Amino acid sequence: MAEVTWGLTTSHVPSIGAAMDRERTEDPYWKPLFDGYRPAREWMAEHTPDVIILIYNDHANAIPLAMVPTFAVGTAAGFHVADEGWGTRPVPDVIGHPALAAHLVESLVDDEFDITVAHQLEVDHGLTVPLSVYCPAPGDAWPAPVIPIVVNVIQYPQPTAARCYALGKALGRAIRSYPEDLKVAVFGTGGMSHQLAGERAGLINEEFDRMFLAKIQDDPQSLADLSREEYVREAGSEGIEMIMWLIMRGAMDDEITRIAETYHVPASNTAAALALFENRA
Amino acid sequence: MTKPEIPGTYLFGIEDSRQGFALNSFCASLTSVDDRKRFLDDEAAYLGRYELTAEQRQAVLDRDWVTMLDLGGSIFYIYKLAMVDGKSMQYLGGVFTGMTTEEFQAALEAGGRHFG
Repeated sequence: MAEVTWGLTTSHVPSIGAAMDRERTEDPYWKPLFDGYRPAREWMAEHTPDVIILIYNDHANAIPLAMVPTFAVGTAAGFHVADEGWGTRPVPDVIGHPALAAHLVESLVDDEFDITVAHQLEVDHGLTVPLSVYCPAPGDAWPAPVIPIVVNVIQYPQPTAARCYALGKALGRAIRSYPEDLKVAVFGTGGMSHQLAGERAGLINEEFDRMFLAKIQDDPQSLADLSREEYVREAGSEGIEMIMWLIMRGAMDDEITRIAETYHVPASNTAAALALFENRA
Repeated sequence: MTKPEIPGTYLFGIEDSRQGFALNSFCASLTSVDDRKRFLDDEAAYLGRYELTAEQRQAVLDRDWVTMLDLGGSIFYIYKLAMVDGKSMQYLGGVFTGMTTEEFQAALEAGGRHFG
C-alpha cells in the first residue's frame, strides 16, 4: 500500500525561485535563507519519494477568476510551467501521476470532499518554488512525479482552516488506500506572515509565525480552530496561505518527527520558513 | 457570516471580483508575451478589448495602483501590470504605505512592519 513518508512545509515566494534562477543564493540578502535550507535539503536528497503531492495556490495564472475552484486535483500526465507575465522559470516541466491522482479524486469524493478535477493546469511559482526549495538543481527532470492540489486562498471566502485540516486527513486516508507500494511526500506551501497590499503592506508577525511553526507539529487542531479573520488579522491578507500547511499536516500521522526547520525575514515582502517532518513518532 | 473588515487590508471577495473582472482579465492577458508587446505598443487601443469602466481605464493608464485595488483589482493581477513596467512588489509596497521603495525594503529587512 502507499504511505506518506515525509512532509515538507515551505514558503513559495517567487523571488526565492528567482534568486536560484539568477544564481544569487550567495548574495548577503539571500545567503541566510539558503543556508537555512541546507540540512533539510541534505535529508530530502537521501529520501527521494516515489510521488510528491504538492498543495499550493495559483496566483492569477492557470485559474482565471471566471471560475474559482476551492480545491482542485491535477490529474494530467504533465504540467507545463506558466509564464506569469515575466517569462517562464528555467526549470523542468512537471510530470504527473494520473493513476494515483484519479484514485485520490475518487477517494476524496467518496469521503464527501467534492473536488474539482484539473485535466490541464499550468503550474506557477506556488508549485515550482517549493520544488526548487526541495531540489535546487533538478537537471532535466524533477526527482519524482508531482500531483498538484490547488487551493483557493486569493478570493474570499477561502476554505476554513478546519476544512483544510479535515481535507488533509481524508487525503491521508486516500493515499493509504492506494494498492501500489509508493512512498509519498506531501508538501504544504505558502506563508508565513505577509501582506502585499493596503496600508498594512509589509506586515510581518514573527510571534504568530513561531507559534504556528511549533503547533503545526504537536497541536495542529488549535491552528485548525483559528478563523479566517484571525489568520488575516494576525498573518496578513496573504498569510492566510498557511491554511495549506494544515492539509499536509492532516495527511500525516498524529505523531511526527521534526527533521529540520528554518525561519527567515525577509524574502521580499514575506517571512519565509521551512519545516520538514518524517512520518513517524 | 459576512466578509470581515480589517483596517489597512484588502480582502478580495466575490463583489470585488465581480467589479474588477474586466480589469483583472486585462492584467491576466499580460501573461502572454505577444499580448505584453501589443499592450506596450498602444496601451489605449489594447485596453479597448476589455470592458473597463472609465475610472478603471484611467487608473491603468495613470498606473494609479491604489485606485485599481479600490475598483476591484486583485494584487496578484495588477502585479502583472507592474512587472510589465519593471516595477517590483517592493515598489508597490512603498506606494501603498507612503514610502520609497528603498524605505519599504529597509522596513522589511529590519524585521517587517508590526501592527497591534
